[in-house]
Amino acid sequence: MPGRKRERLENAADLRLQSQLGEEERFWDLMRRMARENKTAVFSFVLIVLMVLAAVLAPFLTPYDENSMDLLHRLSAPSAAHLLGTDEGGRDELTRLLYGARVSLLIGVVPALLSLLLGSLLGVIAGYRGGIVDTLIMRTADVTLAFPSMLLAMVIMYSLGGGIVNVFLTLTLVSWANVARVVRAQTLKLKNSEFVEAARVIGVSKDKIMRRHILPNCLPTLLVLFTLNIPASILTESSLSFLGLGIQPPNASWGLMINTGRQYLYSAPWLCFAPGAAIMLIVLAFNFLGNGLLDVLDPRQKKQ
Amino acid sequence: MEEKILDVRGLTVCFQTAKGTIRPVDDVSLTVPRGSIVGIVGESGCGKSMTARAVMGLVRYPGKVTGGSVLLDGREISALPERERRKLRGSEISMIFQEPMTSLNPVMRVGRQVEEAVLLHTDCTREEAKARVLEIFREVEIPEPEARYDCYPHQLSGGLRQRVLIAMAAVCRPKLLIADEPTTALDVTVEAQILSLLERLRDAGVSVLLISHNLGVIARVCDYVFVMYAGRIVEQAGTEALFERPRHPYTRGLFRAVASLREGGDALETIPGVVPNLLHLPAGCSFSLRCASCRSDCERRLPALAETEPGHKVRCFLAEEGGAR
Repeated sequence: MPGRKRERLENAADLRLQSQLGEEERFWDLMRRMARENKTAVFSFVLIVLMVLAAVLAPFLTPYDENSMDLLHRLSAPSAAHLLGTDEGGRDELTRLLYGARVSLLIGVVPALLSLLLGSLLGVIAGYRGGIVDTLIMRTADVTLAFPSMLLAMVIMYSLGGGIVNVFLTLTLVSWANVARVVRAQTLKLKNSEFVEAARVIGVSKDKIMRRHILPNCLPTLLVLFTLNIPASILTESSLSFLGLGIQPPNASWGLMINTGRQYLYSAPWLCFAPGAAIMLIVLAFNFLGNGLLDVLDPRQKKQ
Repeated sequence: MEEKILDVRGLTVCFQTAKGTIRPVDDVSLTVPRGSIVGIVGESGCGKSMTARAVMGLVRYPGKVTGGSVLLDGREISALPERERRKLRGSEISMIFQEPMTSLNPVMRVGRQVEEAVLLHTDCTREEAKARVLEIFREVEIPEPEARYDCYPHQLSGGLRQRVLIAMAAVCRPKLLIADEPTTALDVTVEAQILSLLERLRDAGVSVLLISHNLGVIARVCDYVFVMYAGRIVEQAGTEALFERPRHPYTRGLFRAVASLREGGDALETIPGVVPNLLHLPAGCSFSLRCASCRSDCERRLPALAETEPGHKVRCFLAEEGGAR
């Protein structure tokens, strides 16, 4: 019976519609869905939380002091007393790893966030306004990129002096230009897209187009840039610390630990391995989490 | 005489290119009477869309409106500063595009996109704005407006998206809606629905300037038609007069190039050649290169847009002399 068949078809269409509309989700539903579909992202998230907790609770997790030397037990191999061994000053490696996480996590996240803000703001303005504004911003970015970033960071650190706030500033100033470039390129593409045109047609102002139409569409790229910037920041900081311009010893940061451990790579390899593995883990965790977030937050990538 | 919502006089758009200046819109004059649907028809690249953009004040660099005036409901708008024009866009004059698939922001809920127009041009609160959006959704026959409000564009079909775009353009009740190939990307059944939607908007007081290369679409809804070729208007007439007695060889060619199921048999005719490069337009009639009835005179002098009968104007020497073949 054609009538009944048609009815069934319509019902099926209704059902499909329902399930599509059913995807209307709040933030926590999204998170729950990510948890269901992407175990790696959940694992990464847990790992990041654990690392943050470990950093915050460091004094309660270890009996040792991060800076007190014990020259009788220099460079001792991992044992029950020192799970990750000791460094060249006889300090417990695990303890320093935990305290170093405080610095390294901050160094990873804060400058990445700041450069993302600064870079995307300048990038979208340059791309959308064009003309002289574009030239000013992008030539500044070019000059920034033309210097080897290490040299630039050294110059800035040298003139600002040490300390963690100055490290933040330096790392931001070194990495904003890349973000600005990428965002500008995206803006140029998006600004000629039909939906921006449609927004202009109903009288939306330039500022609002940048804020509401262009930047949200750059978000997936920004998220990826963010996860890439975190390891870059951690590594740059380690080099700066190595040169004596970043975190000052005896305070610990992972980068600094690798650089001091480098000298003992053959006699005490654990000094490099432990902080190296920590950096690798945190970087991977942020990357996987970024990917997972991307999957659920970008409405275009929703599963059918 | 009926009131004119849109009165464009001598509109000219210039593009400065490396090889010279081109005029994709050359001395175009057209009017849209209140409460009517007026069509612009022509091949790709003949300046239809550029005319629409010039009217909206959205010609992009390096293009520039170099002459003419645009009167919207008797008010000169082409000379207004950008800030003033922006206020008009969306509230008094609005536009919809060919590509419903890409004309909506993919990461913004469609309801919010329509709401944006309301919030820009009125003092509504968010709740009032949302109510108005739902109202216009109902008006453009979007089923389940409440549910659609929270959808993202990719969750909607092409026809629904075009309805959303129309809702976005019409939510503030503009005096004039420019529809630039609104049905080209849609299939035929949806096309018919969208066209009747435009008619209903017309009845609700929104005059429409419909741009299309589809003569069937034009014939169905337009009251008056302008035929454009290479940036100029070559013929203008009431729809009936134009379809019954096309005068310009180009218009006739367009009609012959429409496939017809009824007559059958004959191979589909085409107009030989392509739209000429705007950099190398002939000195005379721009259609002379492709015109079967072209005479030596045609290549040297540009015929004027002359009235052959009341309301019917043609830019052709042959028509002036009492009709081409």
